[in-house]
Amino acid sequence: MSSRFPNKLAAVALLALLCGCHRDQQQPRGQPLGETIPAAASPDTIFPGGATPAPLDPRAADYEHNAYAIAQGQQLFTWMNCVGCHAHGGGGMGPALMDGKWRYGGRIDQIASSIADGRPNGMPAWRGKLTNQQIWQLAAYVRSLSGQVRKDAVGARADTMSNTPPQTETIRKPVEPADSAQ
Amino acid sequence: MRRILAGIVAVVVVATIIALVLWSGRSHRAIPATTDYGPASSAKAIAAPSASPPDDGNWTMPGKDYASTRFSGLKQITPANIGKLQVAFTFSTGTTEGFEAPPLVVDNTMYVVTPWPNNVFALDLTKPGAPTKWTYKPDTAAAAKGVACCGPVNRGIFYDSGKLFLNLLDGHTVALDAATGKEVWRTQVADIQKGETVTMAPLVADGKVLVGNSGGEMGVRGRLTALDEGSGKIAWIGYTTGPDTDVLIGPGYKPPYPKDSGKDLGVSTWPPGMWKIGGGSVWGWLSYDPKLKLVYYGTSNPGPWNSVQRPGDNKFTAGVFARDIDTGKVRWYYQSTPHDLYDHDDINEIVLADVPGPNGQRIPAMLRPSRNGFFYVQDRRTGRVLSAKPYSYINVYEGVDLKTGQLIRVPSMEPKEGVVLRNICPAAPGAKDWNPSAFSPVTGLVYIPHINLCEDMGISNANYIAGTPFVGADVKMYAGPGGNRGVFTAWDPVAQRKVFEIKEDLPLWSPALATAGNVVFYGTLDGWFKAIDAHTGKLLWRFKTASGIIGQPISYRGPDGRQYIAVASGVGGWAGAIVTADLDPSDPSGALGFVNAVKDLKNRVAAGGVVYVFALPQ
Repeated sequence: MSSRFPNKLAAVALLALLCGCHRDQQQPRGQPLGETIPAAASPDTIFPGGATPAPLDPRAADYEHNAYAIAQGQQLFTWMNCVGCHAHGGGGMGPALMDGKWRYGGRIDQIASSIADGRPNGMPAWRGKLTNQQIWQLAAYVRSLSGQVRKDAVGARADTMSNTPPQTETIRKPVEPADSAQ
Repeated sequence: MRRILAGIVAVVVVATIIALVLWSGRSHRAIPATTDYGPASSAKAIAAPSASPPDDGNWTMPGKDYASTRFSGLKQITPANIGKLQVAFTFSTGTTEGFEAPPLVVDNTMYVVTPWPNNVFALDLTKPGAPTKWTYKPDTAAAAKGVACCGPVNRGIFYDSGKLFLNLLDGHTVALDAATGKEVWRTQVADIQKGETVTMAPLVADGKVLVGNSGGEMGVRGRLTALDEGSGKIAWIGYTTGPDTDVLIGPGYKPPYPKDSGKDLGVSTWPPGMWKIGGGSVWGWLSYDPKLKLVYYGTSNPGPWNSVQRPGDNKFTAGVFARDIDTGKVRWYYQSTPHDLYDHDDINEIVLADVPGPNGQRIPAMLRPSRNGFFYVQDRRTGRVLSAKPYSYINVYEGVDLKTGQLIRVPSMEPKEGVVLRNICPAAPGAKDWNPSAFSPVTGLVYIPHINLCEDMGISNANYIAGTPFVGADVKMYAGPGGNRGVFTAWDPVAQRKVFEIKEDLPLWSPALATAGNVVFYGTLDGWFKAIDAHTGKLLWRFKTASGIIGQPISYRGPDGRQYIAVASGVGGWAGAIVTADLDPSDPSGALGFVNAVKDLKNRVAAGGVVYVFALPQ
C-alpha cells in the first residue's frame, strides 16, 4: 500500500469539508439555532397602502440548506405522523406539500409558523409539543419536498418503502404565493 | 396407467362441474322475468319480510328499509322505456367535497344532506322546479376535516316520525323537525381531539338512534352509541374493544364458533393496553331485524395498519356484531378477518334476506359482500356461516373454513417490517369498500358495485399521538388482474355464483339501486349515471353528470304519480380525494396509497355537488 494514498484521501476529504461545511453543520447540542418561531411570517400577500412582505428570517438559510436539519426533519415527519396526512408530499387528509402551492405561504418561516400554530382546516398546532428547533427542521424538510433546498443537502436514498424516488431527483417547483392552493 | 386413470377422473370431474354450472345457470334463467315480486320462487332469496315492507313510494332511510335492500318497488321505468328517461330537475348544493349521501323523499318533500359542513335542504316536490322549503346549517367545525381519513363525507340522514336524524362530521348527532328544519336536540357522540369523526348514516329503530364513530386510521376506540330518539340522551354504548362490560357481553352472548368465545377477548387478544387505541370503529352500515330485535353491523380494521404492532386476533375488530336493540347486549359476534393485515374493515352493508334451506324451509339470513372479498351468507339468528365464496380476485386468503368459521390466510402474504410486500389482492379498500350493493327480490340477485385493486405495502412502526394518524404503512395501489379498476357484479347468493359482470375502467365508488322495473342503476367516478338490465347487465341508458358519482341513487313516487330516480353527483371520498383535495399524483403513497390507482382522475373530472332527478316524460 502506498504511503501517499492516505494523504491524498485526507486532501480530498478536506476539500469536501470546505465545500460542504455549511451543509454538514450540526447542532445536536448547545445553543439551538431557531429558538423562536417567527411571529411576522404572515402568509398574506396584500398590503393596504402598499408594502412588501417582512424580510425572510435570517435563520432560514441555516436550516433549509443543512443536511442535518433536513434529515432530522424527515425523521420527525414520520415520527410525528405528518406522513399519515400529507403522505410523502402527495397529501391525503392534509394538502400536498410537493406541488409548490401553499395556502399559508411557502417560505420556511411561514411553514414553521403553520406547524407551530396549526391552521383552521385541520392542521394541528405543534407549539409546545415539539421544540422550536424541531419545528424549523420539519419546515426545512417540508421545503425539500418541492425541491426548494440544495440538492447536496437532501438524502440520496428514499426513506420510504420504495414508493417514492429519492429526493435528489425532486424537481424544483416554482413557489406560488399564499392562497395559491385555495 | 395410474396417470391415465387420474386423467379420466379429472376429465369426468371437470365435465360434471361444467354441466352443473350450465344446469344451475339454466335453472336461474328459467325464473320468469316477472315484475311482481310477491310469491318468491323457492330457488331464490327474498328480502326479510319483517324488515322490508311493501314500497309506499317514499325513501326514508339510506338503505330503503331495515333489511338494507336498496330496492324500489316502483316499476314504471323499464328496460323498454328507459331510453326516454330525462332530467326532471337539478339542485346545486354549493359543496365541493365527496357526495356519498342519498336524497330522502318523505311525503312529497326531498331532503338533501351535504358532505361537510353537513347542511340540509328540504325541497318541495309539489311545486315546479322543487323550490327550497327550508335550509339547515349546523356550523360543523372545519377542524374536523383534518381528522377525517377519507374525505369529509356524509353517508346520509334518517327520517322517522316527523324528525330527521343527522350526524355531523365534528362528532354530533342532531334531530331536526322535518317540517321546519329546526333543531330538536344535539348530542356529542365523538371527539375530534381524539381523531374521531362521524361519517356514517344513523339508523333509527324502536326509539333508539344508533350512531358509530369513524377513525380506524387515527387510533380511536370504536363504538356504537344508542341515543334516545325523543331526548337525544345516551341509552347505551357498545364498545368494539375492551373488557366484556364495555363491549356489553354477558350471559346472553352465544357466538357461532368457539374462536369468538371467551372472557374479555377485547382485552386478551391485544398486547397490553393496545385495545384502547385499536380502532374497530363503526363507520358503515346498520341493518335491523324488528322480529328478532337485533341490530347488525360490522366493525372496522384494527389500528395501526402495521399488524406487527398488535399480535393477536384484535377482537372485536373486522367482524359482525348482532346486538339487542334495547340493551345493546351482544347476541353473537363473528370475526370475518381476525388480526387484519391489510385494512380489510368489515363495515360493508348487511342485506337481511331469507334463503332457501335444505328441507324447503326458509333460513333467516344475512348477505354480506365483505371487504376481504368473500360473499358471506350467514344465519342471522346465530351468525353461523352458510357459505362464503369469493366474488372478486383474492390472493391473500385461501377461503373460509365453514366448520370453524376461520378465514384461511396465504402465509407468504403476511407483511413484515422493513420489507415491501408486493401484489396484495385485494388492496386496502378491499374487494369492495363502503358503497352498498342493492338486492332485488325480483331476480334474487345482489348487485355489487366494487373494485379490482391490488397494492404494494411496506409497514413500519407507528407512534400513537392522539388526533393524528395511526397507520404505520406505506401503500401503493394499482389495477388488479385484467387492468379494469372497477367491477359491477350481479351475484346469486343461493347458487353462490356470479350471474354477470361489467368491467369498469375506474374504481366503482358508487352504490347501486335495484328497481321492480328490472332496471339497476349505478354511477362512475367520471360522472356517468348508468342503467342496466337486472337480468343480463346490458347497458340500457346512461347520462353524463357534472362531476363524478359516489352518491347513493334512490327511486320515489312523485306527487304526480310518476316514478323518479335521484342521485347526487360530486366526486370525492377516498377514491376521489385526488380531485377534491388537489393531491399530487407524483407521490404514489398519497391518500394512503389510493392516488397511485387513480392518477388520471384529476384530468377527467372536477369537484362539485349537484343532485340530479330523472323521470320519463309526461
